[in-house]
Amino acid sequence: MIIHSIFFYIFSLIAIFSSIMVIASRNTVHSVFFLILDFITISCLFIMIGAEFIGMIMLIVYVGAVAVLFLFVVMMLNVSQQKNKWLSGEKNSNHIPVGLLISIVIFFELIIVAGGWKYKPELLKNFYSIGVDLSTTNTHEIGKVLYTDYIHLFQLSGMILLVAMIGAIVLTFRQREGIKRQSYFKQISRERKEGVELTDPKYNEGVKIDA
Amino acid sequence: MLEITLGHYLILAATIFTIGVVGIFLNRKNIIVILMSIELMLLAVNINLVSFSIYLNDLTGQIFAIFILTVAAAEAAIGLAIIVIYYRNSGTIRVQEINKLKG
Repeated sequence: MIIHSIFFYIFSLIAIFSSIMVIASRNTVHSVFFLILDFITISCLFIMIGAEFIGMIMLIVYVGAVAVLFLFVVMMLNVSQQKNKWLSGEKNSNHIPVGLLISIVIFFELIIVAGGWKYKPELLKNFYSIGVDLSTTNTHEIGKVLYTDYIHLFQLSGMILLVAMIGAIVLTFRQREGIKRQSYFKQISRERKEGVELTDPKYNEGVKIDA
Repeated sequence: MLEITLGHYLILAATIFTIGVVGIFLNRKNIIVILMSIELMLLAVNINLVSFSIYLNDLTGQIFAIFILTVAAAEAAIGLAIIVIYYRNSGTIRVQEINKLKG
């Protein structure tokens, strides 16, 4: 139990430090790297607490797809040389203290919510729960629930991904001038008599190609 | 103190969420960092859902964490596509220079 607590504190400190570095580092590529570190740390916490399926899925989806997508865009757009200049005295920067104030208020509201959950423990008693069968694995349990009770939401999330994919393609698609493209219809509808020509060459004269 | 309870996870999630909010407010760089701050906030919400799910012995939180993961991936793809076409049209994605709406 002591080991569990020590690992929790280590992982939380790494997570908080790396999320601070995401918003504070001067280079955008470093921000993406710290974001990846944050995702890995939080997925370690999830695996440690017993939600190993969510932890592994977070590794695959966030680190494998989302963070690499961020890295690609950062490298393509050449923004890594733009230096970070916040808190360095812009002339109309009165939104910084307001933003800090709002952030502090949000933080203490969340802390109050967590404390209310702690100090009113009878909220936990009458509580409808699906229940977790501890004799099987976490992935088995999620699979049993996800494909039966939540099948419509699951398919809707697939539709969300499809719409996002179509939207991203439509947004970034552009037709440039002067680029040769394939014409699938012309390729498919090509026949033998346009492609092959039979000639009867005379002796010692040959065929004139490319007439 | 040594026993890790639900409150520890909630405080961790609150901290990361607040760091995400601070990142949105105080950003003087490009929009990509704002998108990363939104990802941080979604991550904090996921921590809340999974820790409640574990400590209340209920799987619904983890199911919803999967759905939030889906929505976060879709949002990142669409947001980055919008950033790419904005950069192609105007040549910059710095927060201070994006003022076409005169807001």
